[in-house]
Amino acid sequence: MGLLFVDGNQAVAMGSLYAGCRFFASYPITPASNLLSAMLETLPSAGGIALQGEDEIASIGYCLGASMAGMKVMTATSGPGLSLYSENISFAIAGEIPIVIVNIMRQGPSTGSATRGADGDVQFMRWGCSGGLPVIVLAPADVSDCFTLTVHAFNLAEQFRCPVIIASNKEIGMTSGTLDMERVEKPAVIDRTLHESGPFLPFQVKPGEDVPSFLPIGGPILVRQTSSTHGPDGYITTNPSEIQAGVERLQRKIDSNTESFSYFDLEEREGARTLLVAYGITAGAARAAATELFENQNIPVSLLVLKTLWPVPEQVLQAAAVGMERILVAEMNLGQYVQEIRRVLCNQRVDFYGKMSGQLISPTEIIEEVTHG
Amino acid sequence: MDSLLNPDRPPVFCPGCSHDRSVHTLDRALKEMGLKGSDVVIVSDIGCSGLFDTFFKTHAFHGLHGRALTYAAGIKLAQPHLKVIVTMGDGGLGIGGAHFLAACRRNLDLTLLVLNNFNFGMTGGQFSCTTPEQASVASSFLNLLEKPFDVCNVADCAGAPFVVRSSVYRKDLPELLAEAISFEGFAVLDLWGGCPARYMKKNPLSPKEIESAIEKLQPYRGVVSTNIRREYSSHYREEAAKNTAGVDWQGIEKTFEPTVKERREVVFLGSAGQRVITGGGLLGRAAILAGMNVTQKNDYNITVMRGPSVTEVIVSPQPITYTEVGKPDVIVALSEEGVRKRWGLFEEMEKGGRVILAAGVEIPTTDAEVLEVDYKAGGIKKKERALAALSLLAKSGDPVTLEMLREAICQSFQGKRMEEALGVIVKAAEVPFHVKTQSK
Repeated sequence: MGLLFVDGNQAVAMGSLYAGCRFFASYPITPASNLLSAMLETLPSAGGIALQGEDEIASIGYCLGASMAGMKVMTATSGPGLSLYSENISFAIAGEIPIVIVNIMRQGPSTGSATRGADGDVQFMRWGCSGGLPVIVLAPADVSDCFTLTVHAFNLAEQFRCPVIIASNKEIGMTSGTLDMERVEKPAVIDRTLHESGPFLPFQVKPGEDVPSFLPIGGPILVRQTSSTHGPDGYITTNPSEIQAGVERLQRKIDSNTESFSYFDLEEREGARTLLVAYGITAGAARAAATELFENQNIPVSLLVLKTLWPVPEQVLQAAAVGMERILVAEMNLGQYVQEIRRVLCNQRVDFYGKMSGQLISPTEIIEEVTHG
Repeated sequence: MDSLLNPDRPPVFCPGCSHDRSVHTLDRALKEMGLKGSDVVIVSDIGCSGLFDTFFKTHAFHGLHGRALTYAAGIKLAQPHLKVIVTMGDGGLGIGGAHFLAACRRNLDLTLLVLNNFNFGMTGGQFSCTTPEQASVASSFLNLLEKPFDVCNVADCAGAPFVVRSSVYRKDLPELLAEAISFEGFAVLDLWGGCPARYMKKNPLSPKEIESAIEKLQPYRGVVSTNIRREYSSHYREEAAKNTAGVDWQGIEKTFEPTVKERREVVFLGSAGQRVITGGGLLGRAAILAGMNVTQKNDYNITVMRGPSVTEVIVSPQPITYTEVGKPDVIVALSEEGVRKRWGLFEEMEKGGRVILAAGVEIPTTDAEVLEVDYKAGGIKKKERALAALSLLAKSGDPVTLEMLREAICQSFQGKRMEEALGVIVKAAEVPFHVKTQSK
């Protein structure tokens, strides 16, 4: 066994197969198209189904149907396609349908510079659907993360019965790198909890739990799925207390478990007065900058690489920021996630460096911000 | 068999609504077929047609407006034994038009009931894609300006192999519906009925008038013989079984010792057709043969066969954090348009750096050593240029050796392609090069 030479999108495909994904549908869009190719190449021969939908709405719709029929499902797109997914994401949240959504971020709509990398959808992924209920968003920084976080994404989608978004970037998805399958973290695979005995109500939770157990559409016991506001029986409800209890549970099942899936890397350096915070493709430059500052300029800087973006890992941020005079957030946009960090670390100095020219933020730029900011 | 109607949730349509009739027609068809509730899923979407799933003791999926066919396809592919019944109104059909066309073309075994009552009943009687031009509806004069959509004609043109146009009041409709559900493929039923609360207020429409309106149109009574073909789900599985490509989990075995101690950045600046990206990939694979880390980042025009083509390869025994090239150690300059894409990079190069320059290509001044090669005179074809340059680079052993490059070729290609690539290396060794002095 040796090193694999794969791009981030191929690593996501491998992670999905490892996690048990058996249904994939997406509509071609740069920079997510080669993930569609990878799935078409590998899923049918693994006994699964890969489809090219007639549009993005159909692609996520196929996945939601297959998920309710018991399969682990994934779809992939970029910002413009995510807009078209929006209504079905709201449905998947409210209908508690497990699905992994890969968003290979780029600058914006149409073509040209739109197909260059950027982290332009960071707030959009959180707030881009109606209802405002929480979603889980994981951000890989390299090909190894693409594999590992995809397995985590499936596990979380199955465990909490919700959509989980993988926030990748053109610069990760379409840049090849070396992946060491012997050393890469391979989380144990988790499947959705099946209803075992007794009468089945599709959205009934056991006392003290927040996630209903699952049965597939197509089995011997009848299952209802609905996009309407519903009670435990899966029928439409207009009862205000039932509605309120339902949405509060949907919020609680994600928010109260945030700590269990707050993935991050923390490089602490003794004597550091600055905490550098980055995620995604910018994490690599931040790591290079922190190393260079310490080894060649004798300036210790701590580095926090966030791999869970939503829900905001508030405790991780607070713990890493203790004693810091300055927090510097670098991201490939005009200042999106920094707003969350300012909210969480409201008593500390939080500075921002970002750009979305299509070029990566370089270690040199970060060093300049650290030393002259 | 018993009725599959849900005793706890009797139909709640307006008095005189044709949907009530359709619910009972569907129940009679399912009963006639002897189906159990667990054999069937009713997939519905938004509007009055979206209430159907609640009236039956079957599996149910009530989705978003116009998208029922998409969920139904996912369910059918995952659970092929299910009878999948889709109910949509003329409203859902309009907003989900792309899905309707795709479903007709695909021929997955679903049965679609278009509960066509010529308007959006639930939202106030607005015009839909089937509202007649002369009808008076809640969208002011807009329906006067648009031609209504002939559901059956469109289904036929798009490839649906089973199409029915019928009044919901037709006596033998349950039998026809059972035939549609039994049909192995996509079956569409355009079922005409009246909406007493909205449409019929200003546009009286008796069952007789519906019958006579349908009689004036091209008849659709079931199988469309010109569209008969394989059902999608079984055909998919048959084709998938032939597909044996799998994932390579093994990777590239380490068979060489690392050739460099530190990070190297190599940039190829060329054009489409010079196999620049393939060359970068071979460099990467050669370096991985020595267990080194590699990244490769490509940049090319949306026009695949024309325009600049750039690949940036980083090779390092240490983990690679930052994946963009800053100070290249090597630039392979194969075309003007490629060079223009990264003009500034030459200034970043330091002494000790190398440029492999195709003769005739203009580059900015640089501190690096420039090796000029006349590939044209040397008989190196356009598609061989990147690999030829790579073999010159490998001659130096930094960052890969010729032996590593040859092995990478043998592992990446097979047959004729491999022979050709190995031939380029031999041929490239014969092409003379010289150190070009640049005047500052």
